[in-house]
Amino acid sequence: MAKDLIRKQVEHVAELAHIGLTEKEIEKFREQLSAILDFVSKLEEVNTAKTKALSQTTGLKNVFRQDIVKPSFTQEQALMNAPDQYKGYFRTKKVF
Amino acid sequence: MDLSDLTIKQALQSLKEKKFSTRELVLANFERIEKFDQDISAFLTVCKESALKEADEADKLIARGKAAGSLTGIPYSAKDVFSVKGVKTTASSKILENYIAPYDATSIKKLKEAGAILIGKTNHDPFGFGSSTENSDFKITKNPWNKNKVPGGSSGGSAAAVASGMGIFSLAEDTGGSIRQPACFCGVTGIKVTYGRVSRFGVIAYGSSLDTIGVITKTVEDAAILLKEIGGRDENDATTLNEPVPDYLKTIDQSIKNLRIGIPKEYFTKGINKEVEALIKEAIKEFEKLGAKIEPVSLPYTKYAIPAYYLSGISEVSANLARYDGIRFGYSQKDAKDLKSLYFESRAKGFGPEVKRRIMLGTYALSAGYYDAFYKKAQQVRNLIKQDFDKVFEKVDILIAPVSPFPAFDIGEKAQDPLQMWLADIFTVTINPAGIPGLAIPCGFTSDNLPIGLQLIGPRLSEPILFKAGHAFQKITDWHKSKPNLK
Repeated sequence: MAKDLIRKQVEHVAELAHIGLTEKEIEKFREQLSAILDFVSKLEEVNTAKTKALSQTTGLKNVFRQDIVKPSFTQEQALMNAPDQYKGYFRTKKVF
Repeated sequence: MDLSDLTIKQALQSLKEKKFSTRELVLANFERIEKFDQDISAFLTVCKESALKEADEADKLIARGKAAGSLTGIPYSAKDVFSVKGVKTTASSKILENYIAPYDATSIKKLKEAGAILIGKTNHDPFGFGSSTENSDFKITKNPWNKNKVPGGSSGGSAAAVASGMGIFSLAEDTGGSIRQPACFCGVTGIKVTYGRVSRFGVIAYGSSLDTIGVITKTVEDAAILLKEIGGRDENDATTLNEPVPDYLKTIDQSIKNLRIGIPKEYFTKGINKEVEALIKEAIKEFEKLGAKIEPVSLPYTKYAIPAYYLSGISEVSANLARYDGIRFGYSQKDAKDLKSLYFESRAKGFGPEVKRRIMLGTYALSAGYYDAFYKKAQQVRNLIKQDFDKVFEKVDILIAPVSPFPAFDIGEKAQDPLQMWLADIFTVTINPAGIPGLAIPCGFTSDNLPIGLQLIGPRLSEPILFKAGHAFQKITDWHKSKPNLK
């Protein structure tokens, strides 16, 4: 496991996570994330060759419900927190 | 009688006997907020107008003998991750600073139907990310027992509010200790329920496979009353359990004679504060006096709980917080030149440093080439941690452990070192990956007069036993009755 991140890795992760970082933040996060990754690498010590991954604890599978149409948000409610809207639609910036 | 000191049980009884009105009770709690919250800073939003209106309606119902709700007239607060229709719900993050929830969380809806009255929303670490409430983008909550100390976190505002007599209880959320640790630091009671016992619908997500909804209260009995109200299957949360919710009060007074209590040796390591250790050991003797059988046990994977918990949690964070895109709700960068810049700039300005750290670490743990080494490995260790508990619960009924290795620490002490802050959760994060419940109760004070708590941990759906044991302890001790002397 790469424990000491390089700047490029921090920039790559920020790119994947869609977070803009300042120069100062890149350096600060490089140090902090490296220290944390080093710490969590402790898990390498554990032999998990025969252990299944556990992602939930309820044992529930395929929970279904009746597909009944019920009142939902009105257009007004759905848009009430929209930073920008146009004729009942969410308005976004141009893609390109 | 100081009305802000009452428990739910006492308040319900007195309201029924018309010793005072709901309005008087609600006003007594607001009086505390108005007098002390400038300083304590537990609340982000106060709902006085709506609360007084609801109080007057409750009084009318009580006068006509028609108070049908089991919590009619009880004033409470909710951590600011709970959606309340028409009320600001910020997750203590700038990205949701002006967000108004368009609907009620299921737990809020159930409390409303039972007649409880929301008096305000409390401060916490943003999205639940932290152990001191210092990460909040809005304010730093102080510990009512010592204002230089943190109240714990992430639900620090909720615990400080209950300890200060600002609301009789607080609705909160626990992903890795966020109910238990602040309850411990503020000398109040807190229940982290079995995963799936209470609906998460309408609660702003942290780690969806770990998040649980619970309460911070003045007594175990009050927690038992509330869990009956908020628990149960919810069509809007597919992870809620089908098992019926028992009437916890029916069994709460039962004897705990011959209850087998395990003491996990991994929770009494070198790093633990001497006073904490001594107080927990004193408390164990009290349980022995009550007839419980104490025996040493071992949970060998405990030392891997922090990395396994955090890797699972942050991976889920990176997915859950992808929704903050600056388009449908939340902070949006006005002058962004295109869609991609809108995402990057809105998230850069809206999220604070701890939120960015967790999203980036989670993104890294899930990214190509690292998934097996980090995320999958953590899920495998998670299984081993769960198996540890499964094995130990074949031998004993419940466990006793400290909630935190130390009492409340100084404001600023750990704020600059994110890893040190993570390590503060060493005894609480263990149970969330296993989905099992834990009840934190006060068990004494340090020589500096800071509260200390212990936690009772049991297998899935063992809340009736935890309540019974916790209540038995509170019947023979007075720690939970101590109040901070606010000035």
